[in-house]
Amino acid sequence: MRLDLALPQKAAARSRRLSRDRLTAFLMLLPSLVAIAVFVYGFIGYTAYVSMSNYTTARIDLSFVGLDNYLNLFGQRRFQENIRNLIVFTSLFLVICLVFGLALALLVDSGVRGESVFRSIYLFPMAVSFIVTGVAWRWLFTPGDLEPTGLNLLFDSLGLGFLKARWIADTSVWPNIEVPGLKVKLLVPLAVIPVALAAVWQMSGFCMAMYLAGLRSIPDEIREAARVDGCSEWQVLRHITLPMLRPITLSAIIVLTHVSLKTFDLILTMTGGGPGNKTEVPSLYMYELRFSQFNTAEAAAVATILLILVSLLTVPYLVYNRRAQAAEQ
Amino acid sequence: MSDFNQKLTRRQALKLFGMGAASAALAACAAPTAQPAQPAQPAQPAQPAEQPKPSGGKLEIFSWWTNGGEADGLNAMFEVYLQKNPGVEIINATVAGGAGTNAKAVLQTRLAGGQPPDSWQVHAGRETLSYVNAGQLEPLTQFFTEKGFDKVMPQFLLDQLKINGEIWTVPVNIHRSNVLWYNPKVLAEAGIEPKFPTLDSLFAALDKLKAQGKVIPIAVGGKDKFEASHTFESILLATFGVDDYIKLWDGTDAMWQDPRAAEALSTLKRLFSYSNSDRSAQGWADAMTMVLEGKAAMTIMGDWAHGLGISKGLKVNQDYGWMPAPGSDAFMWLSDSFGLAKGAPNPVQARAWLEVCGSREGQDAFNPKKGSIPARTDPDLSKYDDYLKAAIADFGSKPLVPSAAHGASTTNAYQSKFHNTLEVFSSDLDEKSALESLKEAAEANNR
Repeated sequence: MRLDLALPQKAAARSRRLSRDRLTAFLMLLPSLVAIAVFVYGFIGYTAYVSMSNYTTARIDLSFVGLDNYLNLFGQRRFQENIRNLIVFTSLFLVICLVFGLALALLVDSGVRGESVFRSIYLFPMAVSFIVTGVAWRWLFTPGDLEPTGLNLLFDSLGLGFLKARWIADTSVWPNIEVPGLKVKLLVPLAVIPVALAAVWQMSGFCMAMYLAGLRSIPDEIREAARVDGCSEWQVLRHITLPMLRPITLSAIIVLTHVSLKTFDLILTMTGGGPGNKTEVPSLYMYELRFSQFNTAEAAAVATILLILVSLLTVPYLVYNRRAQAAEQ
Repeated sequence: MSDFNQKLTRRQALKLFGMGAASAALAACAAPTAQPAQPAQPAQPAQPAEQPKPSGGKLEIFSWWTNGGEADGLNAMFEVYLQKNPGVEIINATVAGGAGTNAKAVLQTRLAGGQPPDSWQVHAGRETLSYVNAGQLEPLTQFFTEKGFDKVMPQFLLDQLKINGEIWTVPVNIHRSNVLWYNPKVLAEAGIEPKFPTLDSLFAALDKLKAQGKVIPIAVGGKDKFEASHTFESILLATFGVDDYIKLWDGTDAMWQDPRAAEALSTLKRLFSYSNSDRSAQGWADAMTMVLEGKAAMTIMGDWAHGLGISKGLKVNQDYGWMPAPGSDAFMWLSDSFGLAKGAPNPVQARAWLEVCGSREGQDAFNPKKGSIPARTDPDLSKYDDYLKAAIADFGSKPLVPSAAHGASTTNAYQSKFHNTLEVFSSDLDEKSALESLKEAAEANNR
């Protein structure tokens, strides 16, 4: 458009052609716009509406009940446990994944021989489906009361018996604080830890790949200059590398958190939400609400809550990204 | 995150946009063949000649019988059906996994999308309530009379099948829920006679086994989500007795206010103290395997555990024994059944299917393979093994009570909460909060 203003004599013809181009483009885009409007945003809206309806049995009843379903959900001990577990799972998964991913990336980047082999090895778990991960790690983390299996068996045969634990069968919550007004005890259900570790195993390779790309984009000159100025390697990492990796970290946090908020398959196959509801997250409960209890409205409410959680995270990121791009131009 | 909802509505929309014409055509085809209302002729149940016979066409049967004896049994019933109704193309719509959980999910999507299969598997009894309330099933009381099924099934069962005064599904088989399986060798070595008529005698045996410390006294699972509630229902029956046990499932919390409810939870907690502590990580089959391998002395499980014993090449009453779960010798039943979809695409073929489901021939083809007993009291005994013969005898003579963990006396909505409450109890052993949850859950048994 700026170009048009610069050449006023040709502006009329050009803008006519442009508007025709624009119309064609718009018409070409229209089918997919309509499809997205209906099948994505339309149904998100429909889900939000159902979540405020009385559709709580197999009989379809879309009469409006306001926020009743939400209030009911938040009052349930089970849903409170879900939220607690989700927060704990996400925090553990996120922190360990970032630290591991960064450490792996730094190691691979340090000019080790056979770099590409290591890169592939670390990235490989990402190619495996969460279902497979869940089944395999379930076996690893089943304590085995009669005879140890999985990790406990390994520890036993290595003479490290003191490391044996109850893993996914652990029913305790640490440090088991009661909070007035909440029906659940805080903070960390120990059974969540093995599940988070399995998720870390799967996703830390992805984190490494992102950091590796970030590391490669930092010009060597900057680091060299710092070294010439007498910085130690730690100072280079602390004051140059890490700050320059900040955008990568932010993207990784966004991607990992939204993967973690939506986790379903891994937990379903690894623990099924047990013991008790110690590892259950909202997505599992949503499935049960809809398909076992036929309570569509409450399931839709859980879906809406998850959508809000994910968008609380992604929308500011998208806005930030747009601003950053605009600033670059 | 709203994938399920989207899929569901997408399906509806698809149907509206694309399938509109097709479903109209289907409806037009189905309409003329639909069976006209008939006057009841209970006098001649053996002469269903006035019923239109399907000639060709299709029949879609929806179930979660995908492997082992279940699938064999289903196929045996299909064979009987095809002998009687040659030329019908049977669509065997099965969904594997999760003791029917996955199948129920798919079924829900289809029902919400207005594309029901002709007939689907459902636990007989109160579990059909949600389908009845949603207007998704046709009543079959008259069909029962016409075919004479009401004369060959126990009155107890017929009464417990009724919802709003009508029968809605045809039970194909009966499983017994309240069975205690034990390892005779282990008990003999421990010097225990396998006879526990009361809970006290059971606990005396458990004490002895625990003191000797050689095996797990009683194995309990939890991985499949229903093991704790399954064990609990047998204890409830022992604690409440037949009549009051049935009242527990009336959709109110009246009976849960009774002090016996708290007592039953304490008993269960005590029972857990003799069990493996990794309950949540073991399934019922793992628990039964521990018994069969002599690592545990006993377990309480439905008689599908007998099928597991057979599949391992073991002999009942020899390698493993059984008795009614302590405290009551009533027969706690659960049953797989088939109903007729409202708006079924092929109603004539579907009714012929239900006739096979309820017939002696159909049930005798299915049950020996599935490892369950017929819902009829006139089976061909020669086709059943020793355990099943004994179960048939008990089914015909003992008082019948419906299982809660398996839908005979509970709706889907209630079962889900019931299972979860006891799963949590198995992990936390908090009697107060479990009782509270059970009281809260009671109303879910109405929907």
